[in-house]
Amino acid sequence: MSAPEINAQALGHFGPYGGRFVPEALIAALDELTAAHESALNDPEFQRELTQLHATYSGRPSIITEAKRFAEHAGGARILLKREDLNHTGSHKINNVLGQALLTKKMGKKRIIAETGAGQHGVASATAAALLGLECVVYMGEADTKRQALNVARMKLLGAKVVAVTQGSKTLKDAINEAMRDWVTNVANTHYLLGTVAGPHPFPTIVRDFQRIIGVEARAQVLELTGKLPDAVLACVGGGSNAIGIFHPFIADTSVRLIGFEAGGSGIESGKHAATISGGTPGVLHGTRSYVLQDKNGQTVESHSISAGLDYPGVGPEHAYLNDIGRAEYRAINDDQAMYAFSLLCKTEGIIPAIETAHALAGALEIGNELGPDATLLINLSGRGDKDVQTAAEYFGLPL
Amino acid sequence: MNQALPQLFAKCKSENRAALIGYLPAGFPNQRSAKKIIKSMISGGVDAVEIGYPYSDPVMDGPVIQAASEQSLANGTGAEDVFELLAHSAQLGAPSLVMSYWSPIEKYGVAKFAAAITSAGGCGVITPDLTIEESATWRDESTRNEIDRVYVVAPSSSDARLKLVSAQCSGFVYAASLMGVTGTRESVSGNASGLVAKLRTTTQLPIAVGLGVSTKEQAREVASYADGVIVGSAFIKIIQQYGGGRKGLRKVKELAQSLSEGVRNGK
Repeated sequence: MSAPEINAQALGHFGPYGGRFVPEALIAALDELTAAHESALNDPEFQRELTQLHATYSGRPSIITEAKRFAEHAGGARILLKREDLNHTGSHKINNVLGQALLTKKMGKKRIIAETGAGQHGVASATAAALLGLECVVYMGEADTKRQALNVARMKLLGAKVVAVTQGSKTLKDAINEAMRDWVTNVANTHYLLGTVAGPHPFPTIVRDFQRIIGVEARAQVLELTGKLPDAVLACVGGGSNAIGIFHPFIADTSVRLIGFEAGGSGIESGKHAATISGGTPGVLHGTRSYVLQDKNGQTVESHSISAGLDYPGVGPEHAYLNDIGRAEYRAINDDQAMYAFSLLCKTEGIIPAIETAHALAGALEIGNELGPDATLLINLSGRGDKDVQTAAEYFGLPL
Repeated sequence: MNQALPQLFAKCKSENRAALIGYLPAGFPNQRSAKKIIKSMISGGVDAVEIGYPYSDPVMDGPVIQAASEQSLANGTGAEDVFELLAHSAQLGAPSLVMSYWSPIEKYGVAKFAAAITSAGGCGVITPDLTIEESATWRDESTRNEIDRVYVVAPSSSDARLKLVSAQCSGFVYAASLMGVTGTRESVSGNASGLVAKLRTTTQLPIAVGLGVSTKEQAREVASYADGVIVGSAFIKIIQQYGGGRKGLRKVKELAQSLSEGVRNGK
């Protein structure tokens, strides 16, 4: 009996990265999801429904704010902020969630599960579940439920069940493990609404496709405002969904530098960081091949960051590829640099950013000073910082 | 090709019974006790052994194996411990395989890993999260080193998928009895017999069923339709409860004896 032919081409590779490393039990669901997504891309009714939700529910298009006072600290470069923080639920996460929630309905599934680090993706998932009448369970590392207690309460108010994950490092990585175990068990009626551009194919592609709207809008807005393309596009990178969302529509514009800022924690040399591309090596984690923080035995190493949303030892495979081919650059920003930029944006622009986003803002200070006053930088202001008030108050020693 | 597994399944067939396959992570509860546990399993009637390579992110495993893996990793278990325990088990005369998530294998080096299995006297590797699409290098290296490739199929696998995956297996096909993670269950899922029946139409290889089997009665039931019965969490639970000392070893042997009776009464 000759073996049937294996088609490895159709499995979402980005150069040597991506693919599928998952139990066979999930293959049928991943194939079903791939098909649903491909048909949705060409389905005018689906696209109309999603556009309608953006316009009437989450608040798209998001605006561009020019940060003139902040720019004085960034070498005088022109600083343009893409305001994803103004979306309903407070971050870019809702873009992907609304898209995948509609796919869930299309597939006839009634239950969604999600992982969350900072809680933004969990809140967005709970929100979409409430809106579309789906059951929602959110897995969150126990350590994160403590540092993001406000978001836990928000999810519960929205009717979701929040499961605190006590295994391993008790952060995002372990929340994803637990969500995958739930999915293997309940895949028949459940969609795993993954929040970032990691995981097995088709997730890196689906999440990117639903986040691309950030870059599509921003590219047109910057052209209209300045008459030219920006010199650089900046974003923070944990798993990398807001970054790929704003980068992707600029990939063909080779004059535009794409720069991702990873969480350097206490500094890469300290070993306590979450800068996966800057400080990791190629490997396999959570169903995909990409850069991973791992030891010599291929065991995942715990990541560290003041920002729960960037505290992840993996990164999306497309970022790994963009790094290797030199199309995008990745740098690390440590906790102190991020908190300085956080405070600066609050005081110069009246905008409290998410601590995740503050890594991109610190990057803007760096790049602005490198490029000088003729440069225009587009920064994805991926989320707002209400959820981080307690962490920031503790960091700056403010009495609560 | 390595003959250890074909010979075992042929022998079991001639005895009109299923094979009993036991699982233990390397370095659990420590490497010294693990060696004794393997010995107790085999002397109690375990026919073949799976040595688990503990991994930091075991998404196919339930709480029992997760805890055992964490404990083993805290002991500093690495690839050399896995190969050492594999060699120990093979020397005791049982066909011995490694079960490992893909990350540690890739990090160790695929060619080097396959060669190390052969040098340790192992007969194959079970790869629960390696899809056949990502297997090109593994196919080459496992073939070159004459070790068996065992993939895990599930009740959700389509007929076409079962055909595709089982065609890439050698030694046996691992059928997951249910949709879910490893761990003991009150009863073996009704999906298992249906999955085995479907597999029979796509492959001539022996079929072993795992996930959720922990008692003699369950082993007997599974043995009535499968060629092999895989038990892991139940052994680990004993060690978690009684420790790796004399009492734990006796309980492990008793469980192996009881399961061994089960697989002999199924046909």
